Amino acid sequence: MTVSLFPLLLLAQATPYAVPGETAVTPYVVDDANAAARPFVGDDIARAFGGQDGIRRIVDRLIDKSHNDPVIGEIFVSHDMVRLKRTLFEQFCYILNAGCSYSGRDMKASHKDLGIQHADMNRMVEILQAVMREQGISFPAQNRLLSRLAPMRHDVVER
Amino acid sequence: MTPIHAKELRNGGKLLLTNGITSLEGASGGGLTPWAVIAGNETRDGIGLSAHATLVELRDYDYRSVGAAVGLFDRVELSIARQRFNTREIGALLGLGRDYAFEQDIVGAKVRVAGDLVYDRLPAIAVGAQYKHNRNGPVVRAIGAQHDSGVDYYASASKLLLGQSILASGTVRLTKANQMGILGYGGDKSDAYSVQFEGSLGWQVSRRMAVGAEYRSKPDKLSIAREDDWYDIFAVYAINRHLTATAAYTDLGSIATVKDQRGVLFSLQTAF
Repeated sequence: MTVSLFPLLLLAQATPYAVPGETAVTPYVVDDANAAARPFVGDDIARAFGGQDGIRRIVDRLIDKSHNDPVIGEIFVSHDMVRLKRTLFEQFCYILNAGCSYSGRDMKASHKDLGIQHADMNRMVEILQAVMREQGISFPAQNRLLSRLAPMRHDVVER
Repeated sequence: MTPIHAKELRNGGKLLLTNGITSLEGASGGGLTPWAVIAGNETRDGIGLSAHATLVELRDYDYRSVGAAVGLFDRVELSIARQRFNTREIGALLGLGRDYAFEQDIVGAKVRVAGDLVYDRLPAIAVGAQYKHNRNGPVVRAIGAQHDSGVDYYASASKLLLGQSILASGTVRLTKANQMGILGYGGDKSDAYSVQFEGSLGWQVSRRMAVGAEYRSKPDKLSIAREDDWYDIFAVYAINRHLTATAAYTDLGSIATVKDQRGVLFSLQTAF
């Protein structure tokens, strides 16, 4: 019994709160539920986004453009961009049912003290729309992803 | 003592098209009916403004309205509109004179009481009132209207269903108005408030464009001039963040004794 539990404990211990190259974060329980949206069923939406490669391009562009944006760029200053790109990729990939688990924090914890306002969230939605358009994602597919992200505003906006 | 921080106002922030257009009576919404959205481009952290001009060319009449609205913190909307309904040749037939025009002023207030058009699971829900004053009192009384002014009360629920790219909105209105008030309020058939239903269904084609249809049920209180329900099909295009253009084909039925009033609606709205 002791023998069979050991690898499980080791696995739990080894679950990364942060991977190399990322700033350490306060430990938390890793759970797909932290992604705050149920994933789509079937693989048509994952294909519409070009699979994991397509999703990674969108997330990288979204974070880079948001970071450089005159309206919301400040929010990303002194933010761990390596970790943000990884966890946001995992979150989108999980929600779009493209074969990922989400290892990041929940939406309330990950946006805590960022001082995000409604207009900031709308601005990021617009940047995401622009990136998805640039990557050739159809408008209905864009809206399907946004429909899963929209209810998160409650936890993202805090002032 | 806790210091009080004056929160600075934000400038801009609503997503394109999510402030709607300006309805005939000046409230933001669809073309024929209000939605549970607040005028202007601002979120709960700002004060928004909008102005509109609308032209409807019907078979026998033409209609114009201009107006402005202010949206306070995406919560309260105050609007004002002046409508002008020109009877053209029909004016002469009715003994009013060619190009006789009915005019009406409308002051509106709307409060979004719950929900959100885009984000929350709960639809945006708003209640509103419209004080309307017809500037042709003696004439509307002569055709059977009981009053030259009146107040409409309404409640609207509106939701953008992102997963389907569909916007759905419904409104219940309490009104005594004849043809929106253009022919006064209350009539020889009834001077009681009646309950009317209005709705819009739109499909968002792209970030900038939506197409859809609207319906507005109407009371029928004047025996000399039957009143019909209204319909339209519309296309709306956000030219940019500050300018939205709408074109619609409308069927307004019988107006002031002349039936089959169909035609086109054009509307421009600017918003900040």
